[in-house]
Amino acid sequence: MKKFLQSEWMSRLIDALLPVFATLAALIIGAVMLLFLGVNPIVAYKALWDGAFGSGNAFAETLVKATPLLLVGLGICISFRGDVINIGGEGQMIIGGILATWIGLTFTGLPGWLAITLALLAGFLGGAIWGGIPGYLKAYFNVNEILSTVMMNAIAVQIMNFMMRGPMLDPIQAAKASKIPQTARLIEAFRLARWSPTRLHLGVLIAVILAILVYILLWRTTLGYRIRAVGMNPLASRYAGIKVPRYIVMSLLLSGAFAGLAGAIQVYGVNYRMITDGSASGFTGNAGFNGIVAALFGQLHPLWSIPASILFGALLVGANQMQRVVQVPSALITALNGLVVVFVVSSEFLRRRRQRQRLAHAKMDDAPPDKTSQPAEASA
Amino acid sequence: MISELFTMTVLIGILSSGVRLATPYLYASIGETFGQRSGVLNLGVEGQMLLGAFTAFYVAMNTGSLWLGVLAAMIVGAVMGLAMAFVTVNLHAQQGISGIGFYLFGLGMSDLLFQKMMGTVRTVQGFPKIGIPFLSDIPGIGDIFFNHNILVYGAYLLVLVAWFVLNKTNLGLKIRAVGENPDAADSLGVSVARVRYFTIILGGTLSGVAGASLSIALLNVFQQNMTSGLGFIAVALVYFGAWRPFGVLIGALLFSMVNSLQLWIQVLGVPIPSEIAVMMPYVLTILVLVATVSKVRAPSALTKPFEREE
Repeated sequence: MKKFLQSEWMSRLIDALLPVFATLAALIIGAVMLLFLGVNPIVAYKALWDGAFGSGNAFAETLVKATPLLLVGLGICISFRGDVINIGGEGQMIIGGILATWIGLTFTGLPGWLAITLALLAGFLGGAIWGGIPGYLKAYFNVNEILSTVMMNAIAVQIMNFMMRGPMLDPIQAAKASKIPQTARLIEAFRLARWSPTRLHLGVLIAVILAILVYILLWRTTLGYRIRAVGMNPLASRYAGIKVPRYIVMSLLLSGAFAGLAGAIQVYGVNYRMITDGSASGFTGNAGFNGIVAALFGQLHPLWSIPASILFGALLVGANQMQRVVQVPSALITALNGLVVVFVVSSEFLRRRRQRQRLAHAKMDDAPPDKTSQPAEASA
Repeated sequence: MISELFTMTVLIGILSSGVRLATPYLYASIGETFGQRSGVLNLGVEGQMLLGAFTAFYVAMNTGSLWLGVLAAMIVGAVMGLAMAFVTVNLHAQQGISGIGFYLFGLGMSDLLFQKMMGTVRTVQGFPKIGIPFLSDIPGIGDIFFNHNILVYGAYLLVLVAWFVLNKTNLGLKIRAVGENPDAADSLGVSVARVRYFTIILGGTLSGVAGASLSIALLNVFQQNMTSGLGFIAVALVYFGAWRPFGVLIGALLFSMVNSLQLWIQVLGVPIPSEIAVMMPYVLTILVLVATVSKVRAPSALTKPFEREE
C-alpha cells in the first residue's frame, strides 16, 4: 500500500487533485457558515447546483459568466508565469470596454462583422495600454506592479464614471432629468451572435479558441518561452541574453490585453452598452479578481483554466439562485472564492514538499524500485 | 469660485479634514510597515479593514460601547492576521496571491454579515471630538490639529510609537533583522517564525482599528465595500514612505490632504469634474512611486518565505 501511494502516477494524481480538495474544503467551511446562519447547507447547495446546471438555460448562463473569467484568467496565466502579478484586471476590463463601446457608437455605418472586429481589437488594445503602463513602470522604474495596477484600477473607474456622465452619456438620458450614467445601446448589427433563447453568445467560443492560442503562445513560441524563462529565473535569463525588462512589459501588456478583451466582449455579447454604478464591480462583476482565482485553480495552465472558469462561473450563477431560494446573500460565494485562493496557494507548498520527498526517497534507495520513473521525477 | 478655495475658513477646513482623514491610512499602513519590515507583504489589509469596520459598527450599535467595538475589530483583525501568518510562514504560500484571497474573503464575509445581521444602512453616534485644553483654542492651528476624536490622536501617537519600537528597541532590531537577513537572524537565535507571526498579527489588529476608525469615528456608518480600495492604498503608502513610519506619515497626509481638497472642491462647486478630482490621489501615488522607489531599497527578504538550511 505504501509503495502504491508513493508510486509516481499516484503522487501526480494527488497533486492534480489538490485544487479540488481546496474547493471541497472551502465548500465545507461554507456549509458550517450556512449552519450558523440557520440554513440547511444541503438545500442551499442543491439550489446552487440547480442554478448553475439545472437546465439548458442555466448552463448557458454559467458559460456566459465563465467567459470573462476565462479571458482574464488567460492573461493571468501569462503574467503570473512571467512572475508578474497583475491585479489590474478590473481597470483593464473597464478601459477595454470603454474603447470598444466608443467604436460601436461612433462608426455606425460599418458592416457588423467589421465593427465587431474593430471593437474587439480596440478592447484588446485598451487593456494592453492599461496593463502596459504598470509593466513599463515595473521594468524600467522598479515600481511594484501590485500597487500600480491597483492604482490603475481606481483611475479607470473614474475615467468610466466621467465618460458615462459626460462625453459618452446616452443622448436619451442627457435629455432627461435623471441622467442615468450609461451610454447609448449598440445597434443590433453590432451585437455578437446569440444562441437564442439563451444569452449564450459567440464570445464564449472566442474565449475557448484564445485559450488554445495562449497555450501555443506560452509553450510553442519564443515569446512565450522567454516570458516563462524570465518568470522562473530573471538573472539566468539575463545571462542568456534575454532582455528581461522587455519581457516584463510584454507579460503585463498581454495580460492586460486579454482583460480588455473581456471587457469588450462583456459589452458586445451581454450588456450592449456600458453603464456605471460608480464602482468597478458594477461593470466587471469582480471578474478582474475572480479571473485570478480561476487561473490559479487551473494551475496557470490556459487549457485547465477552461474548466476552472466554468466551475467559478457556475458558483457565481448558482449563488444568485441560492440567494433566491434560501435567502443567503451571494456574497457568501465571494468569501468562499477567497478561501479557495488561500487554500490553493497553501497547497502549492505541500505539493513541492512531496516532490522533494519523492526525490529524496529516490536518492536514498540504492536500487530505485521503478527506474522508468526517474527521468519524469527529475523533470517535475 | 476658485478664489473661494483660498479663504481662511476653507483652508482651515481642508487642512483639518485632511488631518482627520489620514487616520485609517495611518493605522493600516503602520501595521503593514511592521509586517513588511519583517519580510511579509500582507495584501489582505482591505479585507481585514472591511471585517473590522463591520464588527466595530455592529458591536458598538448593539452594546452602546464604542470601545468594545474597537476591541472587537482588533480581535477580528488579529484572527485574520493569525490565519495569514500560518499560511505565509508555515505553508510558504505566495504572499501577494494569498493576500488577494484574504481580501476576497473579507469583502464577501463583511457583505454577507451586513446583509444577514443588519440589512439596512444605519448610523451610530461615533467617537466625539475632544479639544485638547488650551491648544485647541489657538486660532487656526487649534482646529487643524487639536480638535479631533480620540482615534485620530491615537493614529498620530502610533507613528511615534512605531518609530521608537522599530529603531530603538531590541524587538525592532529583531524585526528588521528578520526582514533583511533571516538566515543571519536565525543563526543568532532569533525565531524568524515567531517574529513574523507577531508582526502579521499586529498588522491585522491595526487594520481592524483602521476599519473601526472609518465606521465608528469618521463616517459613523457601515456600508458594503465601504473601504473601496483604501486598504490597497495603505499598502502602497508603505512603499511610498520607504518602510519608515515618518515616511508613511508624510504619504498618508499627502494622500488625505489631496482627498480633502477634492471633497471641498465638490462642496464648493468648483468647475472641475469630480471624477478628475477623485482620480488625482491615485495618479499622484503612481508618480511618487516612480520618483522614489528606485532610490530606496525594500527589506531584502520581503515576500520571501524563510526556510532553514538543513
